[in-house]
Amino acid sequence: MSEQAEQVAGVARGGMVAWLRGQMRNIAPFATLLFLLAFFAVASPSFATVGNVWNILTQVSVTGIIAVGLTFVILCAEIDLSVAAIANATGIVVAFFTMQDTSVNIDNLPLPGSVAIVLAFAACFALGAVNAFGMTWIGIPSFIMTLAMLQIGAGICALMVRGQIAYAVPKLVNTLGSGFIGPLPWIVVVAALALLLGHLVLTYTRFGRYVYMVGGNREAAEYSGVNVRAVIAAVMIISAVCSGIAGMLGVAYFGSAQQNEFDTYLLDSIAAVVVGGTSLFGGQGGIGNTIIGLLVLGVLNNGLDHVNVDSFLKILIRGLILLAALIINVYAQRMRTLARSQ
Amino acid sequence: MLQLTNISKSFGGVTALRDVAFALAPGEIHGLIGENGAGKSTLMKIIAGVHHDYDGTLALDGTIRRFASTREARAAGIGMVHQELSSVRSLTVAENVYLGAQPITRFGSIDWRAMQRGAREHLARLGIEVDPRAELGTLSLGLQQLVEVARVLFSGARIIILDEPTSALSPPEVERLFSVLRRLRDANHSLIFISHFLDDVLAICDRVTVFRNARAVATAACADVSKAWLIEHMIGAGHDALEESYTADRQLPPVPATPIVLESNGLTLAGAFRDVSLHVRAGEVLGVYGFMGSGQLELAHSLAGKLAADSGQVAVDGHAVRLRSTTQARRAGIALVPESRRSMLFAEEPVFKNVTIAMLRRIGALLLHPAAERAIAQRQARQLAIRPPNVDLPLRALSGGNQQKVALARWLAHLPRVLLLSEPTRGMDVGAKDDVTKIVRGLREQGIGIVVVSTEPETVLSLADRILVMRKGSVVHEFAAETVSKDRLLAAA
Repeated sequence: MSEQAEQVAGVARGGMVAWLRGQMRNIAPFATLLFLLAFFAVASPSFATVGNVWNILTQVSVTGIIAVGLTFVILCAEIDLSVAAIANATGIVVAFFTMQDTSVNIDNLPLPGSVAIVLAFAACFALGAVNAFGMTWIGIPSFIMTLAMLQIGAGICALMVRGQIAYAVPKLVNTLGSGFIGPLPWIVVVAALALLLGHLVLTYTRFGRYVYMVGGNREAAEYSGVNVRAVIAAVMIISAVCSGIAGMLGVAYFGSAQQNEFDTYLLDSIAAVVVGGTSLFGGQGGIGNTIIGLLVLGVLNNGLDHVNVDSFLKILIRGLILLAALIINVYAQRMRTLARSQ
Repeated sequence: MLQLTNISKSFGGVTALRDVAFALAPGEIHGLIGENGAGKSTLMKIIAGVHHDYDGTLALDGTIRRFASTREARAAGIGMVHQELSSVRSLTVAENVYLGAQPITRFGSIDWRAMQRGAREHLARLGIEVDPRAELGTLSLGLQQLVEVARVLFSGARIIILDEPTSALSPPEVERLFSVLRRLRDANHSLIFISHFLDDVLAICDRVTVFRNARAVATAACADVSKAWLIEHMIGAGHDALEESYTADRQLPPVPATPIVLESNGLTLAGAFRDVSLHVRAGEVLGVYGFMGSGQLELAHSLAGKLAADSGQVAVDGHAVRLRSTTQARRAGIALVPESRRSMLFAEEPVFKNVTIAMLRRIGALLLHPAAERAIAQRQARQLAIRPPNVDLPLRALSGGNQQKVALARWLAHLPRVLLLSEPTRGMDVGAKDDVTKIVRGLREQGIGIVVVSTEPETVLSLADRILVMRKGSVVHEFAAETVSKDRLLAAA
């Protein structure tokens, strides 16, 4: 629908070149994905197998669930640096309220599984609400507010487990995090559903439209009578709840709940959204972009294992890929401006 | 001292200055008046070294000069005090006076003592009573301006250009500024005084030059001329007037007996406007006119919930409303089309989304209905003759005039009780202006209250049924059911 509009506009401004320029942010990540797939398929015989496809999808699932909420936040031209910390804290909360093995030395409070899950949801909602309150009522920039929340989340984790490790989580969480339906890992199904739901909300609801409009031009949204503060508060809570779900399932997926176990997910989820082409300036992009970004990162991580790259070099390569994506992201913005002025 | 001859300058195809001559004598305060766009500021930018690709010559003390940059002009002794002050509010008065030229002790650190002593002496010479240790931001605007004058002077300026220096000042502050300016004149400095306030120009200037349509049309000694003479030369009289529109008299219609839709009582926002009481009736267009900085733009933004007023009440249809946010204003039935299109439209989004953003709730509480949105936008595009009529185009593909129509269409599709239009025709060509005028007339027929806020007399004269004039934040005059013309409007402001 909007693609068709873009096409009309592109042709009106003088053809395919201008249209391609305008679409740069969608084309570049997709081309990168195809290139990586082709490269690893040729470079390693073990890469292009059915089993490995499930591997890749499972590996990106936790990141994917976090990235759904983060897509909302970045579309609003905000940022959430507390996603991994909230995920970690929520995972630990759900384990804290579950009966642990006697060998676990945590002074915890066993409750029925459903109650533990409700409490975990309440915890991530509350942390998101604190982010929302700090940003919209007090006026703290999201970068700083969520940086503080990152510390708070880490503090909650530290206090609850005190350096110990918990293993048990409620049965439902365990099933969704590490169980299978047939060949399908449940966690992939949950991630797919979360992405689908995010896409539906962004594309077909009034709230989704407001998210794009607030990101596209906050002042104009305000002049249009959109309750900008409510929209921003909502995306911060959505982000925190997505992180919470990812945290609960992640604990089941890893098989343990401990401090700092989600630390890499902050960068991974931001990278997935940005590599996919969602604009850091807000208003452009969506869940479709995030899916491509997730796959690019997933294929890259997985593929590098298959071609036997030095695991220390892997870290550097990921950094370089992220830098390239940022350059494309900013460049795509400029291309659009260029296409507009012609 | 400063002599400009045969100055011409154009931007693209638009002529900003045509064969202008201007001379500034030593020890003179020279007033510069003219409507917006008449060429005053272009000439000042040439003198201050902002523009250098002009025709004609500029001679300073008998030597022909062409300043390549503002730095060169400053070095030659030309300083400028802008309407928006360029001092640093978080520094002290002394630091501002010495900005960029702090005295240094022999250890290389800033010599605070010398700086304060120097600033105190310098300010005293000018007759400015202020503590050099005070933080600039804590002072009144009038004092901040005087400090800026002192700074420009201290940096070695012999010629000082003052752009609208009195627009934000209270009468005693104006008097204090004038006494400083007279001291400067007596010390043989030359001042250029740009202002819309003709009374101020006549009170302080020795000579005055009037600009109209890119020309300097007259220069006279202030003692010999009257305010009426100035206005006549600003807007053109006799033969010249025939070429310009809206200089003729306009008969305002009788005030309708319809109910009042918007009423404000003692509305005050510090630094912007004070004690504004107004009312708008159903089917009436109220014009609010004033020079730049008179507070009418802030008034519109305050009524729209964007700027929260400090005190006063507002009622819509007789019910008191709270206007602390745009959402509250919208709910109360007040909508604003701001002066800047960029701040109200979504450039990257298609036209139809721009039209329906404010009424999505009515189309569907939870889900979007793009087909319905398109139908609404297409109907508006037809009625307002938006070109091209394709509502799926991104907004940025449209021309400025058509974008303004989209901004209006947003509120036409879902009529508010009160529509506030800020500078609705600024920067438009004649055809687009005409279209906007027709749209506003059409809206009036539908019985909503409309407020048009502008710094352009033509806009108010062509749209309004009743006109309030604001000066320095207060409503000073009302034209209702009588004959108005541009010169009477200007004389009242």
